[in-house]
Amino acid sequence: MARLTSLEAPRDTETRRVLVTGLATYWGGRLAQALESFEQIDAIIGVDSVDPTRELERTEYVRVTNQHSLLERIVRAAEIDTVIDTRLVVNSLMASPRVAHENNVIGTMNILAACTGSDSPVRKFVFKSSTHYYGAEQDDPAFFTEEMTRPHPPHTGLERDIVEAEQAVSEYAQRNPDVATTILRCANVLGPDVDTAFTRMLQLPMVPMVLGFDPRIQFVHEDDVVHALEHAAFHVAPGIYNVAADGVLALSEVIDLVGKVAAPVLPPWGTGIATGSLRRLGFRIPVEVVNQLRFGRGVDNRLFKGTGFEYGYTSREAVMKLSEHMRLAQVMRGTEQEYTYEREVEEFLRWSPNVRREHPGERGGVAADREPLGF
Amino acid sequence: MADEKRTSLADHAVPAEEAGGAGAGQQLPERRPAEVMRELLPAIEPDRRLNDWGRSERVEGFMDATLVEFFYRYWFRTEVEGIDNVPSESGALLVSNHAGALPPDAPMIAKAIREEHPNPRPLYLTVEHFFKGYPGFSMLIPKVGGVAAHPANVHRLLYDERQLVLVFPEGRKGTEKLYRDRYRLRRFGRGGFVEAAMRAEAQIVPTCVVGAEESAPIFGHVDVLRKLTGLIYFPITPTFPWLGPFGMLGYLPAKFKIRFLEPIDTVELGGAEAAEDKALIQTLSQEIRALIQENLHEMLAKRKSVWLG
Repeated sequence: MARLTSLEAPRDTETRRVLVTGLATYWGGRLAQALESFEQIDAIIGVDSVDPTRELERTEYVRVTNQHSLLERIVRAAEIDTVIDTRLVVNSLMASPRVAHENNVIGTMNILAACTGSDSPVRKFVFKSSTHYYGAEQDDPAFFTEEMTRPHPPHTGLERDIVEAEQAVSEYAQRNPDVATTILRCANVLGPDVDTAFTRMLQLPMVPMVLGFDPRIQFVHEDDVVHALEHAAFHVAPGIYNVAADGVLALSEVIDLVGKVAAPVLPPWGTGIATGSLRRLGFRIPVEVVNQLRFGRGVDNRLFKGTGFEYGYTSREAVMKLSEHMRLAQVMRGTEQEYTYEREVEEFLRWSPNVRREHPGERGGVAADREPLGF
Repeated sequence: MADEKRTSLADHAVPAEEAGGAGAGQQLPERRPAEVMRELLPAIEPDRRLNDWGRSERVEGFMDATLVEFFYRYWFRTEVEGIDNVPSESGALLVSNHAGALPPDAPMIAKAIREEHPNPRPLYLTVEHFFKGYPGFSMLIPKVGGVAAHPANVHRLLYDERQLVLVFPEGRKGTEKLYRDRYRLRRFGRGGFVEAAMRAEAQIVPTCVVGAEESAPIFGHVDVLRKLTGLIYFPITPTFPWLGPFGMLGYLPAKFKIRFLEPIDTVELGGAEAAEDKALIQTLSQEIRALIQENLHEMLAKRKSVWLG
C-alpha cells in the first residue's frame, strides 16, 4: 500500500470552523467527539432539535429546528467554513415515515438553503448518505459504482427520501461550484455502539432469512464511518463516494460468524406481508432491508480508497467485532452509564473561569486512540 | 413477464449521465488509471470460504469431485481440443454455443479448463438475472461461479480482476430450442458480449461444444406449467418431468467434444475506443457466430457416432 500515500488528495488546511448537523444522532455525536481532538479546528458547532446524547468537550451545542433562516444566521455568525451533515435517517424503524421525510428531504433542503448565497462563508459541504440509494433488485450489478443509478424507481418511502435528498445536494453542488460538495454513501453499518437494522437482526436468537436466498451483503464498521467523515472534511476532492469495507459476505456466512442459527422463515413469495406480521411479533425488519435480504447488494469501494483512505476493518472483521461485543454484552449488561445532557453543567465546563483546561482531549473520542489524520 | 427479464449484455450499458436521475449533474471524482484501481481491489481473506461474488470453494469443490467429475470423465468422456488457446494470465471472454434443458456445457467447459489447462483458473459463468430472483437457484448459482449477465459484472471480471468469463450469446434461445433444431446457432443477442470484451480489452475465445444437444434433448415445451412454476421454460426431455426435478440431471451418455478456437484480440481491433462502433460490433458478433457454426459443422461431419464419438 506504500504507493497509495503518494496518491493522497491535497490536504485541505482551510477546514477550521465546522458545523455538525444532527448532533444528537449517533453519527453527529461521534463525529463531534472525533473532531475535538484536532487542534487546528478552531470551532465545532453542533445543531439539533434535541439534546446531545454523547459527552462533548468543546463542541458548542445550539438547539435549533431545521429552520433555514436560523441556521443561516448561525453559519454566518460563526463563519462556518465546513458543514458536515450527518442527520439522514437511513432506517425506517427509527422514525415514522412523516418524521423521516421531514428530516431527510425538508431538513436537507433547509440546511442547503442556509449554506447558499454568494457571501456565504461555507467552502465545504459533506453529506452522509446511504447505499440504500441504489436499492436492491434482481437486475442489479454485483458491485455498484458511484456513477450508477438504481435500475428501478424506489418503492419504499425511505429510499425515495434518500434519492430526493441526494438530488437536492447534487443540485446544490452544481449551483455552487466553489463549495466542495462531497456525498458519502455508507453501506450497512455494524459495530458495538451503533443501532442499525443489521445489528438488531444479528442480535436475535435466530436470524431470519428468505427461504431459498442467500444474499451478498457488505458492511462497514462504525469507526470507519466516523473516520471517513473526517477524511472527507480534510482530504477529499468533491464528488460522490461509496463507503463500504472490503469484502462482500453471504448472509449465511455472516450468521455463521456470529454463531447464530439461520432461520429461513420468510417465504420467497409474499415476503413483504410476512415481514409485516413478524414486525408485529417483535422481529423488526425495516421495509427497505426486505429486498436486501432477497437480492443483497455490493458496492465498489475503490474510489474512496483511492483518495488515501484506509479502512480499519473488512466486512468480515466488522462482523467478528460485533459478535465479540455481543458475547461480552451478556456479561457487561447494566454496567455502562448513560450520558444525559445538562445545560448548566456543560456551560459551566465550557465558560467558567474556574475550570482549568490543561489537558485538552482527555475525555477522548474516537480519535483519542490513534494518530490524528494529517497535519 | 418472463420476456421483460431477458438479459442482454448490451441492455444496461447506459452510463448514468445519459440515464439521468439523481447525482447525474454532480461531478464525479476522476477514476484513477486501471493499474491503480486494480491495486485497490479488496485483498483476498484467506479464512473465507466464499469470495466477493458469492462463489464458494466448498460447494464448488464438492460438486467438482462428485457430479461434475462423474459426468466429465465417465458419462460424457469429454475430449478437449485447443486448450492452449485459453490465455493463462489475462482476462478472456469465452463464447460458446449453448444447448440442453439444464445445460451441461458450462460445467464441462469449466472442468476442461481445470483439468487440461497448464494454469487452471476458475471460470465465471454469466447467467440470466432470472436466477437471482428464483428461490433455490439464487442460493446455488453464485456458489458454483454463476454471475448475473450485467455488463458491469462482466467488465469488472474481465478488466479489473482479469478472470475468465464464459458467455452464451444465444442465451435462453439456445437452451430452449428443440431437438430437431440441434446445432443450428440462434441469433447472438445484440452483440453485447463483443462490446463488453472490447471495453475491457479482453481476448475473445470462441468455443464449440458437441454433444450437449444429444445429452439433453428437448422434445417440447409446456407453457402452462412454465407459468405455474415461474421458470423460464418447462421442457419435456426423456427424463423430465417424469423423474421429478432430478430428471433434469438425467443426461444421455453422448460423447462430448470441446474445441477452443484461436483467441480474437480486441485491442488490435481498436480496444475500448472502438466499443462505441455499433457496426463493428455487429460484424464481429456475426463473424464469431459464423466461425463457431463452421467449426461445429466440421466437428459433426467427422463424428461417426453420437455416443462413441
